[in-house]
Amino acid sequence: MSDNLTLPAQQGSAGTSTEPLLKVEGLTKHFPIYGGFPIKRKVGAVQAVDGVDLTVGVGESVGLVGESGCGKSTTGRLITRLLEPTDGKITYAGQDITHASRRQLAPVRSEIQMIFQDPYSSLNPRQTVGSIIKSPMEVNGIEPEGGQEKKVRELLELVGLNPEHYNRFPHEFSGGQRQRIGVARALALQPKLIVADEPVSALDVSIQAQVVNLLKKVQDELGIAFLFIAHDLAVVRHFSQRVAVMYLGKVVEVGDRESIYNRPRHPYTHALLSAVPEVDIDGTGPNRERIRLSGDVPSPILPPSGCRFRTRCWKAQDKCATDEPPLVQISGNKAGHLTACHFPEDPTTEARDEDVVMDPALLALEDAAESDTVPTKD
Amino acid sequence: MTTLTKTEDAPAPTGPESFLSVRDLKVQFSTEDGIVKAVDGLSFDVERGKTLGIVGESGSGKSVTNLTILGLHNPRTSTVDGEIVLDGKELVTATERELEQLRGNKMAMIFQDPLTALSPFYTVGRQLSEPFMKHRGASKKEAKDRAIQLLEKVGIPQPKARFDDYPHQFSGGMRQRAMIAMALMCDPELLIADEPTTALDVTVQAQILDLLKDLQQEFGSAIIFITHDLGVISNMADDLLVMYAGRAVERGSVREVLGAPKHPYTWGLLSSMPRLDGDINEALEPIPGSPPSLLNPPSGCPFHPRCAFKDEVPGTLCTDSRPPLGEGRASACHLTAEQKQTIFIDKIQPRLR
Repeated sequence: MSDNLTLPAQQGSAGTSTEPLLKVEGLTKHFPIYGGFPIKRKVGAVQAVDGVDLTVGVGESVGLVGESGCGKSTTGRLITRLLEPTDGKITYAGQDITHASRRQLAPVRSEIQMIFQDPYSSLNPRQTVGSIIKSPMEVNGIEPEGGQEKKVRELLELVGLNPEHYNRFPHEFSGGQRQRIGVARALALQPKLIVADEPVSALDVSIQAQVVNLLKKVQDELGIAFLFIAHDLAVVRHFSQRVAVMYLGKVVEVGDRESIYNRPRHPYTHALLSAVPEVDIDGTGPNRERIRLSGDVPSPILPPSGCRFRTRCWKAQDKCATDEPPLVQISGNKAGHLTACHFPEDPTTEARDEDVVMDPALLALEDAAESDTVPTKD
Repeated sequence: MTTLTKTEDAPAPTGPESFLSVRDLKVQFSTEDGIVKAVDGLSFDVERGKTLGIVGESGSGKSVTNLTILGLHNPRTSTVDGEIVLDGKELVTATERELEQLRGNKMAMIFQDPLTALSPFYTVGRQLSEPFMKHRGASKKEAKDRAIQLLEKVGIPQPKARFDDYPHQFSGGMRQRAMIAMALMCDPELLIADEPTTALDVTVQAQILDLLKDLQQEFGSAIIFITHDLGVISNMADDLLVMYAGRAVERGSVREVLGAPKHPYTWGLLSSMPRLDGDINEALEPIPGSPPSLLNPPSGCPFHPRCAFKDEVPGTLCTDSRPPLGEGRASACHLTAEQKQTIFIDKIQPRLR
């Protein structure tokens, strides 16, 4: 953990207070690994989240992107306090909830809700839709005007389901409809912050857009802040005003949407953006750079020293192995656009003179194809 | 036809040179609830060395089609009708023994989830060697050499040491590479890739896709590439087949289908997809409703309950009769060619820029 961190300034926040709704500092979660015989001892730790700083303003939507295993879901679960943080601090509306007890958390829990990835496993198959949506109100002893049932019907209508379906069971709904039920449940307590963990990645393309539009509508109309966790950069871009990019348990770059998508500085952000498959017919789209990394993300049990991306980075030098780059504002960047890199890239996504291809197999094949243009069959 | 049509580029439907040709394929499963028409009258061709992309949502029958080509469907619960001809050999009526000789040899498959497709019980090396020894009668030593050579080709570091590893010792991307190596062992002429990168991260996906493309250039196999991601397919395929509810709704070259689509479903897919360079303030335009149940598919055009343009078609044509898919560059829709072009240019194209 480095100390010279600058916290991202609040941008696009619709709230009146200058205090962010949620502030996360140095958040860390290490899952212990036990081994040995006959007495199991702690032999290591999965460093799932290792010093994450993040703020979410009132009514703001922040995207958290990264590949699987980078700790983005764990971060979401830590913020909702479904997991106990190892270290760091979570402040919600000025109140420290890092290690708050069940009783202290009770009033906060109703304000922070979660939408889960899998609409099939996140709804109890034995409960009717009505009771699924009603139960948060029952647990928190909330009696809305006109009764809970009326509220449930309103919520069903809000998320685009037929209120008559109150007594149906989850299996009677399709994936997209189930995800709507999940959204309705999250809205039941009128939360101020919703942590949405990959809410659309289990859905078909045509249904994905329905749910994204619904979430956008909810955010605009009800002014709820969102932490939108996803691996799909195009979806996040559509939904979030600010975006944080995670790699192996750390935030490597954070900034407003325009900075991250059009003026990225961290090599990993460049690689991630260049890997997104885009429909580009006739080459009418912008000429984007081509970066192909080698291998997979290293194990979070023994992450690389210094900068964690250095093992797959084409700019890595000795310094990267010894000094961990702090998350700071690099000269030329907008306020609030922070990058953790010793050798940042140029702020553009235009094609470069030469593609960056790190993958040895790809390199060998492309060199072979270049040297003899006639494909040979072996 | 419209000016946008280029019939000479379209795959020759009955051409003798097509390597794999599927004609009026129907696959039905009998279940407790009734008969599921998973594939209902599908025809397409694949040429040697070319890539055919099949896109569609889950349940559109794209995977079933390809399992049927390989003969991997359960014959007790399913009935297959139609014709599948691979290089002059009819596959629907072929015996299990004949299919066995083709699978892994002349045609091979890359599955979606490499962890479940590889056996956890055998080493990666053994799983790679087995088809080569069986089909080519090679010795253990020859098979091992071939496996190591291919593992190196697909980019597994230290292939000699990795030969004796089990699948769980590989990472997700490496397992998919091993799967590709396994499919290439006998130098297949037809490679079926069923969502080969859906389970992978974007940066790894980009590596695997480029690898597949480069390998195809070297090996010259025909590839059927199944995916739901239009971005992936636009980079991979030469020809494209859009499937909906067990039927092909649009066919043509990738440029034609994605550049000037003619079916309302393809329009819907394209405009519901968020893009990296799209306008953020413009809301996505989803396709209303959800895919139909194949137990009881809608009458007429299967897309009509979700179609935004069915009012433009006179009478009850959409609900009554199923639009046919013509030969070559075609779309199965009752709209006239002029209507399709004006709707696309006026309403759809502005959203995609």
